[in-house]
Amino acid sequence: MDLNVAAQLNSFLAAFVLLTAFGMLVQRRMYGLVHLFTWQGFFLSINTAVVGFVAGKHHLYISSILTLSLKVILLPYILHVLIRRLKVHKEVEVVVNIPMTMMMGIALVIFSYYLMAPVTQLSTLVTRSTLAVALATVMIGLLMMITRKHAVTQIIGFLAMENGLFFAATSATYGMPLVVELGVALDILIAAFIFGIFFFHIHTTFDSLDVDQMARLKEED
Amino acid sequence: MKLYRFVIEFLQLAILLGVAPAFTGWVRMLKCWSQGRTSAGIFQPYRDILKLFSKDIFLADNASWIFRFTPYLVFGTAVLAGAIIPMLSLELPIASTADVIVLVALFAIARFFTALAGMDIGTAFGGMGSSREMTIASLAEPAMLMAIFTVSLASKSTSLSQMVHVIYSGQIALRPSLAFAFFAFILIALAETGRIPVDNPATHLELTMIHEAMILEYSGRHLALIEWASMMKLFLFVMLGVAAFAPWGIAESGDIIAISLAFVFMLLKLVIVGIVLVMIETGLAKMRIFRLTEFLGSAFLLATLGMLSFFILE
Amino acid sequence: MLLVLLLVPLFAAVILGFIGDRKFAPEINIAGSAATFVGGAGLALQVYEQGPMLAGGKFFFVDAFNVYLAVLTSFVSMTTAIFSRRYMRREKEHGRVGHVRMRFYHAMFQLFIFAMLLCLLTNNIGVLWIAMELATLSTVLLVSLYRTPTAIEAAWKYFILCGVGIAQALFGTVLLYFAAEKVLGEGGEALLWTNLSQVSGSLEPTVLSLAFVFLMVGYGTKVGLVPLHNWLPDAHSEGPTPISAVLSGLLLNIALYALVRCKVLVDGSTGTHRAGNIMMGFGLLSILVAAFSLLRQKDIKRMFSYSSIEHMGIATFAFGLGGPIATFGALLHMLVHSLAKSSIFFTVGHASQMHRTQEMDKIRGLFKGNGLVGWGLMFGVMAIVGMPPFGVFTSEFLILTATIKDAPLLTPFLLLGLGVAFAALFRRVQPMVSGDIPSYQKPIKVAHLPVLLHMVLVLILGVYMPAFLNNWFHTAVELLK
Repeated sequence: MDLNVAAQLNSFLAAFVLLTAFGMLVQRRMYGLVHLFTWQGFFLSINTAVVGFVAGKHHLYISSILTLSLKVILLPYILHVLIRRLKVHKEVEVVVNIPMTMMMGIALVIFSYYLMAPVTQLSTLVTRSTLAVALATVMIGLLMMITRKHAVTQIIGFLAMENGLFFAATSATYGMPLVVELGVALDILIAAFIFGIFFFHIHTTFDSLDVDQMARLKEED
Repeated sequence: MKLYRFVIEFLQLAILLGVAPAFTGWVRMLKCWSQGRTSAGIFQPYRDILKLFSKDIFLADNASWIFRFTPYLVFGTAVLAGAIIPMLSLELPIASTADVIVLVALFAIARFFTALAGMDIGTAFGGMGSSREMTIASLAEPAMLMAIFTVSLASKSTSLSQMVHVIYSGQIALRPSLAFAFFAFILIALAETGRIPVDNPATHLELTMIHEAMILEYSGRHLALIEWASMMKLFLFVMLGVAAFAPWGIAESGDIIAISLAFVFMLLKLVIVGIVLVMIETGLAKMRIFRLTEFLGSAFLLATLGMLSFFILE
Repeated sequence: MLLVLLLVPLFAAVILGFIGDRKFAPEINIAGSAATFVGGAGLALQVYEQGPMLAGGKFFFVDAFNVYLAVLTSFVSMTTAIFSRRYMRREKEHGRVGHVRMRFYHAMFQLFIFAMLLCLLTNNIGVLWIAMELATLSTVLLVSLYRTPTAIEAAWKYFILCGVGIAQALFGTVLLYFAAEKVLGEGGEALLWTNLSQVSGSLEPTVLSLAFVFLMVGYGTKVGLVPLHNWLPDAHSEGPTPISAVLSGLLLNIALYALVRCKVLVDGSTGTHRAGNIMMGFGLLSILVAAFSLLRQKDIKRMFSYSSIEHMGIATFAFGLGGPIATFGALLHMLVHSLAKSSIFFTVGHASQMHRTQEMDKIRGLFKGNGLVGWGLMFGVMAIVGMPPFGVFTSEFLILTATIKDAPLLTPFLLLGLGVAFAALFRRVQPMVSGDIPSYQKPIKVAHLPVLLHMVLVLILGVYMPAFLNNWFHTAVELLK
């Protein structure tokens, strides 16, 4: 695989990561969201392997496998189980004003591009152009957490944001040092267990996973 | 030589007029099979058109010249559009005078007059259809232009022949922008040609119809022209997609063998596209009309993402 | 010594997780924290005698700046463990927590201390981030320990907002690594703070300024700077009081520590004062907003959480201002605020246990009800608003002096913030401590030692600065220049 093909493959996968991010932004159904998230992790994992191949960095293969097992297999599985146990799989979330959200997403992509342009120019890596996409994915995850009102959706947004960060590390620097990547993966795993516990707490306390119900703590006058 | 190119041009127009109903027939036939019905055969659209031509026109009292003029105009724009899109050969004399933007404008003119004609009689259905059609158009056209711009950015030209040349020369390999534009184009084409998630070409159910509502008052020769034009429109959108995203097979020169080979390729692509179209239509349910903004919004989003990824990633 | 400091809380967490809620679990908790403190003190002695040191193959780095925070962290966690013994026993009697949750509470408390110490001692900026996230995650379920709707809401907010914030910090770290990799080459070496600070002059300034924006937003969320503070009053007020004490007293310090470490790198690279200015802006905004929010609080723990935001604002402002006096003031402020604030939370915890409520309107007659709680709260508040002779006065005075000298135009705003906070806190606390004992007040057994210890230390720091501390602060000021 020559460098040019790899670079094109890399940008192609970047485009798909971005597409799945947008897909999650507008997806209403719970399982649909989980599937999109799985796909995003899958693209990410392949991309990491491709970058590892191009750069000759073997530790990237490890992170690729780590991504595959964590974000394509384990986390979606946990989410599936939670969704089934909590019986929210039939819930269709009310998403306000999808076209508006999409426009905001596009604006965020442009903003990320603008923000990352100076950094991209300084880089000599093949993958440099995907840095803006990575930041955009982070931002879209953030937007998703703001616009959505369901606890599960917010968590998926959070995880999507983490995907973007991982992507940024791969494309900006061919991956962070292995110690850091392992640590981050561990943190995510812990976070996964915590939100799992949380879903049950919220569900038993509020009888629903709608975050809008949680509005008791407000500044009182 | 010049004359020879005009011959090809006319050949292409003949194919447009001739093959378009067959393509529609093919799609209908596949659909019948997929639903377990006996089909009326691939040539049924020809019989329909012939039947309509032989019937009298029944005109409403208050129909104005717009109503009478529209079928010819719609038919004319479709034929003109067919002269621009490279189907067999890239060397089309008329194509050099007009680019993709003109093409979009041609479709827009046809739609504008159809909508006017729908309102001209003053029946409730016509007006409703026109209003719906224009709603869709206002969303689909920006998306369409966006998708086309993305492709022309990649090929640095808005001329379709030039785009095909660039693709042929191998400068474009794996381009995310083109992939986005392609998906956007599929969504727009479904909307523009009135296929299933947007409109159902086979129904006259008053609550859902869009295109059929506008032309409800037409009869005889007029209706034949409009039906024929809409068959051509479907055919042209397929050809446009093929030319922009998968042109392999279209002849670069005017050589007879290349042209006949191109014709075979074209038929093959039509067969495949027909199958895909039927699969899409069988797999999806028609959308509520209020969800259309989201559907076309996604098309616009995809096209914009294509354009952005051209700047960001390439 | 360093290993003792890190491994003791980790082992204590495992042991406490295994033995569960036995009769002697709180004592093990205290013993673990005390051993950690001994380790911290030993490490401090080592650093005091030998100067900055690297350990574990450059993985750990101890200098004057982080060693004093490590000692402070281990000390406050020890006193908090002592406090929580009585406090949590009482909570158990009220039936607010069960056996399972007590097991969880003890294990997580130690894990939290481990995460904070790792945060302080690591030399690797990536590991710093991981430890910070670990500290957040270990406290999320402690905040929701009571499982009331409000506690769950607060913890969810804490989890989500801090998760979002900390993600930005990771992006900043990626950018930092991106810049460092060009100078230092690939691999783990490029994320070591000691290496980075040596070459900070040759790091790409555009990338570092961009990285700082992300780091500021990220760690700033954890410091609780306005406008990223939304989670803080909820998380600090809904959890058990010992957790409030360590969150307000320690975790905020750690986050600020991370921010300051990054700021040093950015300043070294850009050669301008831009990072400092950003910090000053956030700091001043936090002081003002928090001070005015203090006026309208009804919940006692919530009020003191806002006070924490205000004080973190002061420290951030001072670090941003730079210069020897302001930095010295900021270092001292982190120390005395942490001591005073955790002591206040101890008394507040007891006071709300006596009245079975956190509403300030219902807490009355503390002087008569329980002398230690009443006077402890009174003196704590006097200390925290910056009355002489307490240590906060010294640090705020230093910061004000530096502000008058370096940024005179900002002085009125700073004074306004301090004045409003002063008035707001006194207005609220005065009726709570004086007056007669209300009928619903119940006498309880209180933990004397932590409150007394903290107050005495704050008092001592106000009138006399020990030579070794002075020495450390001066070294730290040199480091952060």
